Order: sequence, then structure tokens, then C-alpha cells
Amino acid sequence: MSTVDVDAKLSLNKFYVNEEDAHIVLKQNAETESSEFRKLMLACPAGLYKQDDKGRIQFDYAGCLECGTCRILCGNTILEKWEFPQGTFGIEYRWG
Amino acid sequence: MSDEGFDVIVVGAGLAGTVAAYLLGREGLQVLLIERGNYPGSKNMTGGRIYSHSLEKIMPGFAKEAPIERKITREKVFMMTEKSCIGLDFQSSLLGIPGSDSYSVLRGVFDQWLAEKAEEAGVEIITGICVDDLIIRDGKVCGVIAGTDQIEAQVTILADGVNSLLAQKAGLRQEFRPDHVAVGVKELIELPAELIQERFQCNETEGTACMFAGFPSDGRVGGGFLYTNKKSISLGVVCTLSELTKGQKTVPQLMEDFKAHPAVAPLIKGGRLLEYSGHLVPEGGLSMVPGLIGNGVLVAGDAAGFCVNLGYAVRGMDFAVASGECAARAVIEANKGGDYSESGLQIYRKYLDESFVLQDMKLYCKFPHFLETTPRIFSDYPELLEGIVTDMFVMDGQPSKALLKTMMKHTKKVGLLKIAGDALKGARSV
Repeated sequence: MSTVDVDAKLSLNKFYVNEEDAHIVLKQNAETESSEFRKLMLACPAGLYKQDDKGRIQFDYAGCLECGTCRILCGNTILEKWEFPQGTFGIEYRWG
Repeated sequence: MSDEGFDVIVVGAGLAGTVAAYLLGREGLQVLLIERGNYPGSKNMTGGRIYSHSLEKIMPGFAKEAPIERKITREKVFMMTEKSCIGLDFQSSLLGIPGSDSYSVLRGVFDQWLAEKAEEAGVEIITGICVDDLIIRDGKVCGVIAGTDQIEAQVTILADGVNSLLAQKAGLRQEFRPDHVAVGVKELIELPAELIQERFQCNETEGTACMFAGFPSDGRVGGGFLYTNKKSISLGVVCTLSELTKGQKTVPQLMEDFKAHPAVAPLIKGGRLLEYSGHLVPEGGLSMVPGLIGNGVLVAGDAAGFCVNLGYAVRGMDFAVASGECAARAVIEANKGGDYSESGLQIYRKYLDESFVLQDMKLYCKFPHFLETTPRIFSDYPELLEGIVTDMFVMDGQPSKALLKTMMKHTKKVGLLKIAGDALKGARSV
């Protein structure tokens, strides 16, 4: 199994990140709900849901592809908020 | 923008929304098409290939003018295991005949072209505006809310994609279940046109579509795909959400392993990654189709769950175009009587019923459930096939066994009754 560097792939994409407003926010309980968080680690195509060696969770909405996978899987459990980024912000597919 | 508001607001400048807007604009209605991306197509992604028939009906000969990539004249379907790839290769002059031709496309480019057509037809397009909510008065949808702005219209068409938050706000749709949607991830890999033509044995205007079952989705419901574009290859993996979360591999890892498979790696060798994209695919079939008609509102395209994935062929864009057309025709009809109520718009359902959209959705309504309840298709069967062909082609000097005996040995591992049962169940579902 080869290792994968998703961040390097995402760095080729064009993003307009809205630094003022996170369009996805995790709930406080996300760290303790590990089975729910694991779903997002597996399914997010941008690999934005991460866990470090000590088990601490990490999430950054900046590389979001706006697919909605996390909303479908965990919208009712560990996501506080899932919205589309405000107009003009977010991923901009040049080819799509 | 007129002070009295618009006749029609269309939310989402994808294929369904833009086609609906184009047809309504052509009819002389005041149409506003709202897109949250900075240009039409900037939030859209396909595998992908468009079957031309539905757009051809609306814009005859569109492929001559539109930014299509390659005409697909070769179809390949593979069963893939970690070590092997066993396939069907269909190359025929029967593929690509006008009327049943299909084209690889890139939506960031294609949708801009289509939106220009809508603009020429008199549609007003605004981009970079995300519609947050609907104006609902006395149960009737009267327009849209974006930030502090409110824009009114007689009727609103929701073509806001698979994550249609607006269809939910209109009370037409529940949340999708994880077994109803798949996530697709794609890498667009740049290669010189000549190299693509060499590797896929085609001329400069034609190309290949490949589907892979088994290994790409780690033996679960899903698959891999490859489409040749002019100067790039669209390579990706799709996997049903409910299945993904049972496994061990992440989606980016599925993609990476698929790329590194010995049957795939040589096809993309030397290529440069241009873009990495992801999107949800509504694959639940008819059972996930929401309410399509409300008081002053219609739902079309991905937002309506109009998509069929048969494994060897995936269709969404032709459904989006046709449902956009049906929505436009329904609005034109409702406009004659000035009745945009739920009953006035019921004719949308009739148009969809008459078209392939709902007929095909009905025909294949059992297929998503069949796939979901027959995991052997993605795990045992690729391995079974691998076992049989290995015994056929690998000569190691041991005394050979009769072919039938060899086949029986492998089929017994899965069980003859199970195979017969799956075949029957599968045949009944399509």
C-alpha cells in the first residue's frame, strides 16, 4: 500500500478560503465520539478529518471540496454546522 | 432586474438549471439563474461522460460547438483484484452513432459554455451568490433569500445539486441516507494528446471509457472509472458511503492504490496532476427521489436524485438535462394559466413520467438495492474470475485439468446456488 499525500494534491486546486467564517464546524463532543469521527476520517475525499499519534483530532475546512460526505454521515451527530461557503468562497474547479 | 421580480428563479447553474433557464428564456420569460460559484461549473464535477441524446434534442448538433473532450467510441469494463484485471473490451462502429453518441466532458469548462447559451436566450445570470433560504408565504415559495437580499419570482426551480439544502427547506426532501449516496473522487491527469491516442489506440477526436469493479472500492459497493479527455485523463473511484465506513481504507487511499494498480499505472505514467476533485453521487435510485413539486417550486437534476448507476454505465447528466427540460415545459404550461400552485405545476410529473427520466428510474429501481445486498459482486466474483482465468492462462508444467472441472473448483468456493441466486436477482433488477 503506497502512502498518500492528500494535502499535496489539494495544493494544486484553486481555493478561496473564507478566513472569517468556517462553513463546517465540529461539535465539542467530536473527540469522544470516536466511531463517528472515524467515519469522517475514512470517507472525506480531501482527508480533512485527522487524528494525531496521541489521538487528538484535527480538522481544517480550508481544503474542503464541498461534497457533503461529512454532512450525510455525521450531520446529526458530531457536526455543529454544515453550510455551503458564502458566495464566491470555497473550491473553484477549473476543469471539474 | 425588474421591480416586480422575475417570472422564474433557477437556483444552480449546472446542467438541469441552465437548460431549464435557457428554455424559459427562449420562451420570453423573465428568468434569473443564480450560481454560488464564481462561474457556472466552478462547483461542479463529473466522472465523466455525457450521453448526448437529451441535450441534442434541445440544441441539435451541440457537440460540434460545445467544449466537449472526446467522443467515446470504446467501452471497457473490468473486474479487478489486487493482482489482476479481467475485462470486456467493446469497440464498435455501433458506438458513437449520432443520436446515441456520448462525450467525455469537464464541467468547469462545459457549464460555462452552456450558461453562455442561456445568457444569449435572455437569461439573467448572477454568480458568486449563495442562496441561503426560500421566501415562503402562506405555504407558497415566492422567491429566494441570499444574505440580506430577497428576490421574488412566480416560481422557483431548485437545481442546486445533490446536497440540495433548499429542497429540504421547501419541505420536499428528507436527509439522504448513507446507503443512498456515494462519494466520488477524481484526479485529472494531464498527458499529451498523442500519448493518449497511442495508449488508448484512438484518433484525436475519439476516446475510451473504462469502469472497474472490485479492487478500486476495496471489494465494496463502488468502482473505479477512467475517461480519456483531449489532453488529460479523468481517473477516479466511487464508493457508497455506508460501505466505506465498514472498511479500513480512506477514500484518498483507495484513489492512490487504484492509481498504483499495475493495470492503471502504465496508462497514466508520466502524467501531471492538474486537479483533485470530489463530489457526491445520488445512487439510491427511485427510492431516494424527493417530492418534486411544491407550491411555487420544482426540483430537478441531482437535487431530485436523478441518476442511474448500472456499474457498466453511469448516467446523471442526461437525466439532469431532460429533467431541466421537463421543468421548463411545466413552467411554460403553468404560465399560460398563471397558476404556479402545486396543482398547477403537476404537469412536471407527467412530463417526467413520459420521458426516460422517470421511466428509467422506475425500471432500475431495484438495482441499487441489489448491489447493496449482493456484496459478492465486488469481492468474491472478481476473485472467482481471477481464479478461472489464471488456471486457463498460466502453464506451469503440471498436468492440465479439464476446463469445466477448473471452473467448478472456483465456483464451488462461492457456491453454485449463491451464484445462480445472484444472477437471477440481478437479472430481475434491471
